[in-house]
Amino acid sequence: MSIFLDQNSRIIVQGMTGAEGMKHTRRMLAGGSNIVGGVNPRKAGETVDVDGTLLPVFGTVAEAMSATGANVSVIFVPPAFAKAAIIEAIDAEIALAVAITEGIPVHDSAEAWAYNVAKGEKTRLIGPNCPGIISPGKSNAGITPWDIAGAGPIGLVSKSGTLTYQMMFELREIGISTAIGIGGDPIIGTTHIDALAAFQADPETKAIVLIGEIGGDSEEKAAAYIQANVTKPVVAYVAGFTAPEGKTMGHAGAIVSGSAGTAQAKKEAFEAAGVKVGKTPSETAALMREVYASLA
Amino acid sequence: MDLFEYQARDLFEAYGVPVLQGLIADTPEEAAEAAAKIGGTVVVKAQVQVGGRGKAGGVKVVHSPEEAREAASKILGLDIKGHVVKRVMIAQGAAIEKEFYFSILLDRSNRTFLSLCSVEGGMEIEQLAVERPEALAKIPVDAMLGIDLDKALEIAKAGGFDDAMAAKVAPVFVQLWRVFKDEDTTLVEVNPLVLDKSGNILALDGKVSLDENADFRHSEREVVNIAKVDPLEEKAKALGLNYVKLDGQVGVIGNGAGLVMSTLDVVAYAGEKHGGVKPANFLDIGGGASAEVMANGLDVILNDPQVKSVFVNVFGGITACDAVANGIVGALNTLGASASKPLVVRLDGNNVIEGRRILAEYAHPLVTVVETMDEAADKAAELANK
Repeated sequence: MSIFLDQNSRIIVQGMTGAEGMKHTRRMLAGGSNIVGGVNPRKAGETVDVDGTLLPVFGTVAEAMSATGANVSVIFVPPAFAKAAIIEAIDAEIALAVAITEGIPVHDSAEAWAYNVAKGEKTRLIGPNCPGIISPGKSNAGITPWDIAGAGPIGLVSKSGTLTYQMMFELREIGISTAIGIGGDPIIGTTHIDALAAFQADPETKAIVLIGEIGGDSEEKAAAYIQANVTKPVVAYVAGFTAPEGKTMGHAGAIVSGSAGTAQAKKEAFEAAGVKVGKTPSETAALMREVYASLA
Repeated sequence: MDLFEYQARDLFEAYGVPVLQGLIADTPEEAAEAAAKIGGTVVVKAQVQVGGRGKAGGVKVVHSPEEAREAASKILGLDIKGHVVKRVMIAQGAAIEKEFYFSILLDRSNRTFLSLCSVEGGMEIEQLAVERPEALAKIPVDAMLGIDLDKALEIAKAGGFDDAMAAKVAPVFVQLWRVFKDEDTTLVEVNPLVLDKSGNILALDGKVSLDENADFRHSEREVVNIAKVDPLEEKAKALGLNYVKLDGQVGVIGNGAGLVMSTLDVVAYAGEKHGGVKPANFLDIGGGASAEVMANGLDVILNDPQVKSVFVNVFGGITACDAVANGIVGALNTLGASASKPLVVRLDGNNVIEGRRILAEYAHPLVTVVETMDEAADKAAELANK
């Protein structure tokens, strides 16, 4: 098994015909994802040949779903139109919407999230500003390179894309059940806690790596959640110990404000919850290898 | 980005939020002119983005243009916690009856907005939150519904206003919500919001933070930043690079914000063994970075006189390692003899074999290719300590 995404996932791409959308549709197909179509109201009715795979373009998410049985949408729409694209996916009640787009105004993300809540959260939103989700050997919805690591028992949840790749690479000999990048924006859909809960319930996931970074309190909340609810071993890593106060470090949400959101506070929260924290990505991977060896 | 007080005042005024007259001055003469124009008692206020300016002597009440000139000459150039005052605002004096607090901000934790309100104003909000938490109302604001008059009344009453006063401040809260939403801000704070002796509600001091992701919706907006900007940060921004200047010796370039943050940490740990050297900067060349972006990044970092060595840390996801290697080669060719600092390069992931081959073939005497992130950080720290 895996979480949120598996071999039965039928994926459409909102913004497929744009440069980024096309590039990553090609990559997802090459990695074995079941892409069944794209959405672009201005190109509805056209068919796009992506390296020999013919993909129909639909005017709306709802049309794409009824024609193809799609249950996942990956969103590559530019920031100015991303809110409308996410809301369209929510209106169509697609099971999973993965918003890759970076640079969405936070008021737009807040409104899209409020909209999802008002609609009863029938859609699981991942992102925005994230690499997406991959269940190696089954499906890949997003921009994660599909060949870093194969299938295995480690669940991975991370705020950062490249640290997700780095950690998958470090743990490639054990393998990954699902790796999910939740994104580095201040307002996101799926949280660390959502992923932890799903990994805890997934029989194939035996241990979990959680990657956090400065800003917000998602890691502190995750630590409390782990202590109360997660029986599988969790190893954590937090980036940004050397980040100065008041400076945004690349991700819109990666900022230490006053004494809030520091890496030190997050590390201490994890340790207080009995979660081992690696000092570096490689040390974190080494901790996970130890934990995994002790499970066998 | 954070606005200065006078910019927040101007924004409030444009949205009909009641404010007093305020004029900016960059010289004592301009301050005197502004005071004459406003007339009567005025306040000379240092325009700095740091708290505690009052205690530092950055705010003075004066009664004539001559006094305003004198006050401005003392305040301009003042160093307030590392912020040098370049501009003052001459604000009309207010006869304050009572001081209140009001703000709207992004509540990340609950994925919504939050309004804070208290009838007890006049002190730092952090202090109020600690000393009298029961006096500070925290009311969630739905991003889609915002603050209408009913919601504003709910907030005011929760903040301790009686019915008559709530009816007075609520319309101002609605106007402040319009500022918050229509200007795409992440913070609108009024402290103090006051009742003057004539019974008027006034926003006397404001803080506003803009969401730069929404700049595309505000192309008409020109925000002048009078804060001290690091010249390297300015250059990087002009090149479209995500760069933050830090105070160390090891220049860092990587792809992806998380990996770069992690790289800074790993360099700092490695530095503990090498004379305490630290990372000199944050620089994320992003996913899918081209050779040109790599070359621009190196150009910025090699121009930092504090930098003694450079660590290039790339995990090729979308970025291909051969493009990174070509970027390094291109940058070194362009820089020629002016490139005099050692580069430690760690490449992994997409096209790593080709990337490493390109650098091995190039065999530049300043470039060392190291296999792992930890070893590379150690090498870069060692070279920076020489």
